[in-house]
Parts: sequence; C-alpha cells; structure tokens
Amino acid sequence: MLEQNLAALPIILPLIAAPLAIILGRTMPIWILATLVSGCASIISLQLLDTVLTTGVISYAVGGWQAPWGIELRIDTANAFVLVAVTAISTLVLLFSKDSIVKEIDCSKHALFYTAHLLCLAGLSGILITGDAFNLFVFLEISSLATYTLVSLARDKRCLTAAFRYLVMGTIGATFILIGVGLLYMKTGTLNMLDLATRIDLYDSSRTINTGLAFIIVGVSIKLALFPLHMWLPPAYTHAPSAVTAFLASTATKVAVYVMVRFIFTIFGASYVFHSMGMETILMLFAIIAIFKCSYTAAMQKNVKSTLAYSSVAQIGYMVLGISLVNVTGLMSGLLHIFNHALMKGALFMAVGAVFYRLGSADISAFKGLGKRMPLTMAAFTLAGLSIIGVPLTVGFISKWYLVTAALEQSHWFIAAAVLGGSLLAVVYIGRILEAAYFQEPDEANVAKISEAPLSMLIPMWILVIANIYFGIDTSFTTEAAQHAAELLFQNGQVMEVKP
Amino acid sequence: MNIWQGFEPATLIALSICIPFIGAILVIATGKSPNLREASTLAIAALLFTIVLAITDLTFSGVGQRLDLIEVFPQLTISFSVEPLGVLFALVASFLWIITTIYAIGYMRGHNEKNQTRFFCCFALAISSVMAICFSDNLLTLFIFYEVLTLSTYPLVTHAGNDAAKKGGRIYLGILLGTSVAFLLFAILGTYSLTGTLDFKAGGIFDASHSKLVLSCLLVLFCYGIGKAAIMPFHRWLPAAMVAPTPVSALLHAVAVVKAGVFSILKVMIYIFGLDMLKELSTTDVMLYIGATTVLLSSCIAMTKDNLKARLAYSTVSQLSYIVVGALLATSIASAGAAMHIATHAVGKITLFFCAGAIMVASHKKNISDMVGLGRQMPITMTAFAIGAISIIGLPPMAGTWSKWYLVLGALEADKLFIVAVLMISSLLNIAYLLPIPVKAFFYPQEGQNTPWDKHDIKEAPLPMLLALTITSMGCLALFFYPQPLLDLINLIPGISTQLDGGR
Repeated sequence: MLEQNLAALPIILPLIAAPLAIILGRTMPIWILATLVSGCASIISLQLLDTVLTTGVISYAVGGWQAPWGIELRIDTANAFVLVAVTAISTLVLLFSKDSIVKEIDCSKHALFYTAHLLCLAGLSGILITGDAFNLFVFLEISSLATYTLVSLARDKRCLTAAFRYLVMGTIGATFILIGVGLLYMKTGTLNMLDLATRIDLYDSSRTINTGLAFIIVGVSIKLALFPLHMWLPPAYTHAPSAVTAFLASTATKVAVYVMVRFIFTIFGASYVFHSMGMETILMLFAIIAIFKCSYTAAMQKNVKSTLAYSSVAQIGYMVLGISLVNVTGLMSGLLHIFNHALMKGALFMAVGAVFYRLGSADISAFKGLGKRMPLTMAAFTLAGLSIIGVPLTVGFISKWYLVTAALEQSHWFIAAAVLGGSLLAVVYIGRILEAAYFQEPDEANVAKISEAPLSMLIPMWILVIANIYFGIDTSFTTEAAQHAAELLFQNGQVMEVKP
Repeated sequence: MNIWQGFEPATLIALSICIPFIGAILVIATGKSPNLREASTLAIAALLFTIVLAITDLTFSGVGQRLDLIEVFPQLTISFSVEPLGVLFALVASFLWIITTIYAIGYMRGHNEKNQTRFFCCFALAISSVMAICFSDNLLTLFIFYEVLTLSTYPLVTHAGNDAAKKGGRIYLGILLGTSVAFLLFAILGTYSLTGTLDFKAGGIFDASHSKLVLSCLLVLFCYGIGKAAIMPFHRWLPAAMVAPTPVSALLHAVAVVKAGVFSILKVMIYIFGLDMLKELSTTDVMLYIGATTVLLSSCIAMTKDNLKARLAYSTVSQLSYIVVGALLATSIASAGAAMHIATHAVGKITLFFCAGAIMVASHKKNISDMVGLGRQMPITMTAFAIGAISIIGLPPMAGTWSKWYLVLGALEADKLFIVAVLMISSLLNIAYLLPIPVKAFFYPQEGQNTPWDKHDIKEAPLPMLLALTITSMGCLALFFYPQPLLDLINLIPGISTQLDGGR
C-alpha cells in the first residue's frame, strides 16, 4: 500500500502537516513535526530516485483516474534528482531555523512560518512530480503564495514592500504561465504533459502554440528570475528572514528552472523550441548578460544578503546557459548546477543567517573581524564561497567544468571564455566579504555580543559545506543522475511511453 | 633512507603528499608550545626529504610508480605518478623546506611575528600541494593542486594583516586565480575537448590531426594561464607578494610557488605539446620573445628598486623567464638547461632572500642604500649574499653556471642568436644590480665610521638563520662541483638530454 503510493507522499505529507501545524499551536511540537515530515519527504525522495534510476519512470494516477483524463504524477530522473535536493535542503533549513527565526520573526508568527514552509515544500514537490501542465500551475501558485507569506514574516518592515513587489511580479509570471497553458489546451484539448507532447507535434507551426510558448517562457523566466526579469528577487531575498532566504535561494528558483526544462524538452520538444523558434539565442544572450551584469552588481552591494541574492541571479544565468547550449552535456550541467548551487547557496545563506543571529545585521560592516570571533561560521562561509567561485575540489568546479565542456562541444569558444571570465567576478564579491571578516577589526560596539553561532545552526551549515566538498570529489552520484536525466529529456516524450 | 625500502612505490607517493599535511595538523595540535611545534615541523620536513630520496632511488632504478585516486570526470582521475622532472622539483622543494624551517624558526622569533602557528600550518599545507604538483600524472590533478597552492599561500602572503598586506594579497590572489581560471582552465578544457585526454605523455598528446592554429592559441593560453611563471605582463603578483615574512618570500617565492609555475610550463611543453610539435607552432616564437623581453625588462626594473626584497623579486621574475625561454626554445638541451635552472636558481635565490631577512632581523634595514658598509657587522651574511649573487649571475664556481651554459647551448643549437645575446646582456644586468650590494657592504665605509674593523662590530642574525644561509650558499658551491646527480636525473626525462645533438 505504502509502496504503491510512495510517489504521492512528498506532496501529501507536508500538505497534511501544514494545517496540523496550525492546530498544534505551540512552537516546539510544530518544529518537530515539520522537521520530521520534511525528513521523511527527503528519505522518500531518495528512495524514489533510486527506484527511478534502477527500474525507470514511475507513473501514478491520482485518485485512480487514468491519464490523460486524471492527474498523473510522473517521476523520472530529472525531477527525482531535483526533488532530492529540495527536500534535503528543506530539512536542513528547518533544523537551522529553530534558533534563527527567534531573532527574526515575532513569536506569534512562528506557527505561521512552519505552516507556510510546509505548504511551500508541498507546492515545490508538487511542481516537480506532477505530470499535468495545469496541475503544475496549481502547485506553482501554492508554493508562490506560501513564499509571499514567508518573505513578509520578518520583523524588518522593509520585507513588506519586498513581498508585495514579489507578489506582483510572481502573479504576472503565474498568469502568463496560465495563459500559455490555456492556449495549449485550446489547441490540443489536453493537459497531460505526455499527451500534450505528442499532440503539439502535429501543430508545430500553429500560431496558437507559438503564442503559448512565448507566454510560458516569459512567465517561467519571471519565476526563475532570468535577467532582465529578476528585479523582484534581490529585495525579497535581502529582507526575508534568513532561514526563508536560505530555503528559497536554494529551491524556489531552481524548481522554476526545472519547469523551464520540462516545458522546453518534454512538452514542446527541443527541436521545435530551438531549431524552429530559435529560442536558444535569446536564452543564451540573457544568460550571459545575467552572469556579467548581476555578478558585477553583486560586487557593488553593501548588504551581504543582497550580494548573495544578485549572485543567485548570476548563477541562474549559468543554468539557463547550460540549457541554451542544446546538447546533453549542457542540459546535464544545468541540472547538476541546480543541485550544486542549492548546496552552496544554502550554506552561504545559513552562514549569513548565523551572523545575523549574533549581530542583527547582514551588512558587510557587520562582518568585520568575524574571522576570529565566529571562526566556524566564517570557515563555512569561506568554503562555500570557494565553491561559488568554482575552485577545484568543490561542487562549483564540477558544474563549471561540464558547462565549459558543453560549450566547447558546440564549438562556442567565446561562450566558454565568457563563463570562465564571469566566474572571476565571483572572486571579487566573495573576496570583499572575506577581507572584511579576516582583515578588519570589529566595531567596538559589537565586540561584546559576538560569539560563535549555536550548534543548531552550525550543524546544518556544515553538513552542506561538507556536501559541497564531498560531491566535488566523488562526483559519481550527482553526475550519473544528472547525465541520466539529461539523456532522458533529450530523447523527449516519444521514448517515455504512456504506461510504464 | 633505507627505512622506506619495504614500502610500495605508490605508498611512497601517497606519503610524500600526506606527510606535510599531517605536519600541518601536528602544528595546530602543538600550537600551544612553540618548541614542540617547531620540532615537529622540522621532524616532518626531514621525514619528507627521506621519502623523496627513496622515490629518487626508485626512479633511478626505473621502477614505475603510479597512484590512482578517484575518478572525478569520466576517464579523468586524480592520479599521481613519478617522472624525473617531478622528482627533481620535489627534491629541491623538500630539501629547501628543511632549511627554510630552520631559518623560519630564527626569523619568526627574532622578528616577534604574530600568528606563528597559522604560519607554520599554511607552510606545511603549501608544501603538501607542491608535492602533489610534482607527482601529478595529468593536467587535471596539476590544476587542482596548483589552485590549492595559491589558496594555501594566500594567508602567508597576508600574514602581517595590515593594509599593505591586504593590498598585496589582493593582487596576489587576483592575478593568480584570475589567470588560472580564465586562461589555464580554458586551455585545459580546450585540450580535453580536442584530444579527450589530459595525461602527461612522453612526446606530447597532440598530433598532426590537430589544427596548428588552435594549438598555437592553446600555447599562449597555457603560457599566460600559468601565472605563477610570471611572464610579463602578469608578473605583478610576485613583487606584491613580497609583503610576506621573509621565510615565505624565500621558500614560496623563490622556490615553491614560482617554481611550481615554471615546472608546470616545462611539463606542458614536454609532455603535452612535445618539443617536436612546439617547433612547428607559430606562437612559440612570439612567446619566446615575450619571455626574452621579460628577462631584460624586469632586470632593468630591478635596477631601479632600492628595497632589497623588491629588487630580488624582480630578479626572480627575470630568472623565471630564463626557464620559460629554455622551454620554448624547444630543443632538448635548452629544456635540460631550463630544468637545471629550477634547481640552481632555487639555491641561489633562496640564499639571497635568507640574507635579506637576516639583514632585516639583525639591523632592521630594508633599503640597499642603507647597507653600505654592512659587511663589517654581518660578514657571514654578506659573504653568503655574494655567493648567491654570483650563482644567479652564472659565473663559476657557482651552480648557476651550468644552467646558463646549457641554456646558451640550447639557444645556439636552435639558431637563435638573439636569445644568446639576451642571456648575455641579462648576465651583465645581473652583475650591475646584484654585485654592488656585497661590494659596497665590504669595501665602502659606513658613514661616520672610520675606525679599523674590530670583531666587536659583528652583529649577526640569530644562529638558526646563519646556519640556514650558510648551508644554501654551500649548496651553490656544491652544485657547481657535483652537478652529476642532477644531470643524470634530467637525462632520464624522455626526449631530453644534456648532450648536443651529436650525442644522439
């Protein structure tokens, strides 16, 4: 029984736990519940990934209604791989948030935080494993609404305008996706992704489908914060509570990248999107601009959180660039970077959260002298920062290696050079923070309150840091999964038969 | 060294990399007690040297040694193997680590430096990555540890922690990381996508099927990507790194870091391109002349510097380009000279740096103009300085003679008279900026001091420092009279020989 329904559990568990959390009312039990649920979800998703890698695609008919009429949950390597990253990060962030939110969110809102977090997790898991285009939109809305709530929970009142901005932009994005899906439905009369894929082939040159593609790509680009549609992201990440930022930065936009991959490769088909519509040029152009422009902006920021937020936009550029290269290695590097970037950004934002916990500020000036005062936190920040830069023996190097290899495979020598050049900008923005931490004396006023972060924050942070290094050396797990996923996606809908 | 006899060759390689690493941990563990800490560093350094000697023995007896670790990318593993050029570099680095440790003990205490534990720890880490570079079996491994070396020496460069150190550190990290990521990694990935392999192979991995134009571009990328070789215009990090404490400048910037750079260049030229392929590339000559320009220009800049360490830094830039020039001449004998120069320049330059540090500790003088008449106070240091200077210039009876000899022979064999002229002019420039220092120290009186010399004037640096600089200056002499082991080692490198072509 359980085994058969395993596929649905990553959505069901947090969805049931979320209202329970409100009923429980007291912070401690809610925290335990949320962490347990999220932990279970990550174990289940590991199990799912294992199944998918060994026996192939899992198809699950919700409520027993068979596809294409009913909603299908469909797990293949691509979404199982991202699901593992999302649920694992969620669990670690929940561990981290127990102490972190005490400083940043009013006590009365703690229950709300955990509820929204669980809803967001349910939404993200739903986006990942659903095999239905409209259902994907529904889950996207669930996760987005939960996200707006999460962002607006901070004590800092600036989070409200940031959340409102996010809400407006996010809603536009979601509406575009809805319009796009509606257009597809209009032409094909179906919403199941596989069904869509086979039918869209018949209408390739239809204006309706073309318009649908445009709406969906733009909508998803807003959601994943592709330059120049990224303006909602930096304020939201900067003013949200640190635990929320750590979670969102390493999951929400990454799931949106996955949505883009899914729409392009599974539903529309790579040959239509890239060869007939020439979408790769647009994506490549914006990705390259994102890498340079946002890395540069990141180096100009005074606040460490917004530095990292801009860095996230730049890193999304790398993922989109991987997709736009239109080969297996490129797509693989994109998927791999979703996972790897979650590891590094998670660790970085947790470190910033720990600093915020002690100092109540995430400005660079607050980092002065922390190398001595918070050695473990800053060591974690340094290692994760090296990973963002892409120093060998970290996951960042692995992603970069595959991305450049992919560019060279397509003989895009300039793209390869641009990727490497762009990664140098990371040296600047990470270096500035490290210089403050290790070379400057702390302000007199702050000296008294600085001490090492509590263990409950250090442990999840260091788990991520160690993962950064472990997966940078022993790459077999991540690269195999990403490679497999990319190959499957490229073979397109035809190979993925309706009944597994 | 017989204690290592029972060990597998692969174990020895692993040990040579792990032992300094363990040393770093030991240093942290014993950080509370300086005596214990420094004793353990010394013991580890000595242990490492015996291991490298054991590896050398095995190399001479022709035992193949290989150690594969983990497969990072498909068909690309982190793996190590022993080849003669690496052994040569490992010997130099591990031997000089012992001496530098002795010296550093005297310097760090005499100079009352802070954070000594961090210093000795990073030092050991740097040596560990140097060993890994020496024995790396492919470009990926070399690149990984090249970066590790950059990062582990960064805290050493910025040891002082003040604004000057911060600025120096920025330039250091910026140029070294920048060139390695933007050019070297690009070149490595380009090589990989062309050939599908990154292994060092005798005779190179490129063949006639690869476009000459692309290979020419790759050559330029490699030369500039290996920023540690300090070819102009990417040489600025070397003078910038001179803000570091003198033992660091000595070992890392006269021996380990810069030599890791030129070693990588030699490795790439010999084992990736292959000398025969190199001769056919259009950019080889371009880079050769850029190298030659670096030799001359930086000698000229050195002459304008009054700060002793800065002058030595520019002298290093110039000497490094000797090795680059030697590699790019693409004849077997010039490459032999280049390899030899790794060793001879190391002993010569480290002597000079040791002297600079000794002068700083004993008489707190940094500028050359203040060192007039210093020979009275510091006769041993100044004698050692003279020996080191003569070795760098390349005059008998010092070690530098041999490498310069082979380099010039190589240039003649390649019919590049221009390079011969450059090498000769450079020697003259070396004389002009190095020799006046000991000459003025000995033969010019200090201002306001007209009394005859009296042994009470002597105010030398602490004993460990004197010991260290005496040993290295003796080394300059010894390598002149007994260069044979070194030559034997170089002759083991496939395709490289110290014989002129007639000897084939």
